[in-house]
Amino acid sequence: MDAIFLQVLNGLDKGSAYALIALGLTLIFGTLGVVNFAHGALFMLGAFCAVIMRKILTLSHVSLDPEKTNFLGKPLEIRTPYVELWWGDVGTWMIDYSVLIAILFAIPVMGVMGIVMERGLIKHFYHRPHADQILMTFGLAIVLQEIIKAFFGANPIPQSAPDSMSGAMDIGVLFGFAEYAVIYPYWRLVYFVFAAVVIGGVFAFLRFTTFGMIVRAGMADRETVGLLGIDIDRRFTIMFGLAAAVTGVAGVMYTPILPPNYHMGMDFLVLCFVVVVVGGMGSLPGAILAGFMLGMLESFSSMNEVKAIIPGIDQIIIYLVAMIVLLVRPRGLMGKAGMMED
Amino acid sequence: MSVFTPNRRGLIKSGALLGTGLAMPTIFTAGSAAAYTNAPTGSGVTLGFNVPQSGPYADEGADELRAYELAVEHLNGGGDGGMMNTFSSKALSGNGILGNKVNYVTGDTQTKSDAARASAKSMIEKDGAVMITGGSSSGVAIAVQGLCQEAGVIFMAGLTHSNDTTGKDKKANGFRHFFNGYMSAAALAPVLEEMYGPDRNAYHLTADYTWGWTQQESIQAATEAKGWETVNNVLTPLATQDFSSYVAPVLNSGADILVLNHYGGNMINSLTSAVQFGLRDKQVNGKNFEIVVPLYSRLMAKGAGENVKGIFGSTNWHWSLTDAGSQAFVKSFGEKYGFPPSQAAHTVYCQTMLYADAAERAGTFNPCGIAEALEGFDFDGLGNGPTHYRADDHQCFKDVLVVKGKDNPTSDFDLLEVVQVTPRAQVEYAPDHPMFAGGALGKCNPGA
Repeated sequence: MDAIFLQVLNGLDKGSAYALIALGLTLIFGTLGVVNFAHGALFMLGAFCAVIMRKILTLSHVSLDPEKTNFLGKPLEIRTPYVELWWGDVGTWMIDYSVLIAILFAIPVMGVMGIVMERGLIKHFYHRPHADQILMTFGLAIVLQEIIKAFFGANPIPQSAPDSMSGAMDIGVLFGFAEYAVIYPYWRLVYFVFAAVVIGGVFAFLRFTTFGMIVRAGMADRETVGLLGIDIDRRFTIMFGLAAAVTGVAGVMYTPILPPNYHMGMDFLVLCFVVVVVGGMGSLPGAILAGFMLGMLESFSSMNEVKAIIPGIDQIIIYLVAMIVLLVRPRGLMGKAGMMED
Repeated sequence: MSVFTPNRRGLIKSGALLGTGLAMPTIFTAGSAAAYTNAPTGSGVTLGFNVPQSGPYADEGADELRAYELAVEHLNGGGDGGMMNTFSSKALSGNGILGNKVNYVTGDTQTKSDAARASAKSMIEKDGAVMITGGSSSGVAIAVQGLCQEAGVIFMAGLTHSNDTTGKDKKANGFRHFFNGYMSAAALAPVLEEMYGPDRNAYHLTADYTWGWTQQESIQAATEAKGWETVNNVLTPLATQDFSSYVAPVLNSGADILVLNHYGGNMINSLTSAVQFGLRDKQVNGKNFEIVVPLYSRLMAKGAGENVKGIFGSTNWHWSLTDAGSQAFVKSFGEKYGFPPSQAAHTVYCQTMLYADAAERAGTFNPCGIAEALEGFDFDGLGNGPTHYRADDHQCFKDVLVVKGKDNPTSDFDLLEVVQVTPRAQVEYAPDHPMFAGGALGKCNPGA
């Protein structure tokens, strides 16, 4: 029973990552009709916002320790971050919480990057076939990841969670399990709560603001909204920026779970496309539902007991479910009628 | 007197013959003009450095390339000579190889077997490389080794740790300086028994490809011989990023040791997950839960950050060694690039020197002459103590290092500490050992 509970937590955790990335992806498809294969790269760029923020906060004053030597026998360099020199404990605290501080950095950076990407490149492909859009955005993703590799190398760069949120908690005790039966990392719980807040925030923004209402109207009937004299293109561009920012912060928060590397976006991209297709292209609730559903299925299928019955099921379960859903309901679980059915 | 009178049939036959001749790769025709593939014709000789310049092991590849460039510089008489000064064989004089200036071409393996074979083929056919070396993956090494055997050039393997490279997939034209899974296990198991005791239950997570399989088989056998039980072995796909689904079942499996048969990004991510799930703070059966990483590299340790502290593993070489060869190499490399070399850099530098030395001693670039010079060769001064290149399988035998993640590193490079130098005798095995069974070395192919 405790193993099942553990996999439920794992499923929620995986699902929250899938849902967050898929939310941005489907937001772009729903508003602009663009199949954005560079979306994984946005997740990766967000993660590297955390890396950059940490590098900024740990920029150091270098002094030499004459009593210690480095590998060449020369005096050892002692590096003290400037923020610690200037602000003492506050500086130390800032470095410790660099992942959370990076969110403040990533939101404007990723938002602007999304808008530049849309205005500079993607808008020229609105009236081109989906195949052209896929080729262009896929090429863009490769360019972005190669740029990151050139600057940061190919190996993962570890990012730690704040001390107060690292380690694991005995969550099982809260639910009546034996002591130490269900241990779960604090940061993964934080990520789940964070994902819920962001997803809720996006839905509330679209549901309860005038801007959101216009965007939803534009998603339903772009032409009519345009005829009313509303500049829907400008709002959709902002939505692209918003989607980029959401995906970026998802990347920032994921760094203590998975040390960022230049390729991480590609690894998530295919999964998240499956999530969007299963949920229904352009459907926000569909993306969330499919994200959590597939995360949960992936988690349970990786249990040794399940794999003993069907070896390798953990590797194919998501694609198997996607095939079944698309065969039975081509528009996806919550897709609009007609979507992907022609 | 015969008169040549062209007709349609004759023209077609001649055209077909000419076309076949032109289409035949130079790889097959070069040998007919010389005694072996790509015999140097001018005053230079070309070596092919086939390393991952893109993909997940690009950093290892970059470090390998640095070491190759340093080796070429030293062979051509530049720099301070590095380990040429400490190498027990004195055949090299800084005058290139056999008086030929050493040139090199590079290829990108992308850590993909097909891409690695394509780049090696191109270097042999188009650039005239007389030797291919490099790689950071056993799958790639085995694929390229096979190609070099067919093409008639020597392959000096880079970072490849699978038993199969000099086991069932060994080839007469291929040579490995790096150690292997069996040796890691033989060196590590006694230390693990001493540190954690004989009564332990191990759970293995294993990368699902040739290296992972042989590494797991080796460490399981070695630890079981010390009294450990193996609770489970779960194969993990190479592309896995988030290992939480694989780590979670360990918690309630009854295991008190987790063995991560992972390398590179896999190891970084699986270790990060294991630490996040609190395994290192856990107690099982009244014992502290421990994690073991059989194959370590400094670059991986850097990626895993603080998570490596106190974790045991093995490595082929480490820059902190104090023997004259290691110190010469670290000084040479460090002064040129500003940081110490990795084990990948060390092994490819050694392989280049060993190839050049063998050519000098054999007095030829003929791969069969070089193979003969390398087979059974005993040497010292290259950083691993007295070393033997065994003729039976072309595997080097030398001391193996057992290392531990350092508790208080002083820099980005100071992440591992050597806890034991395991003597060569402890990691040796018979050429017909069951873990290396199958396949045959075959005969050297000069490509002629």
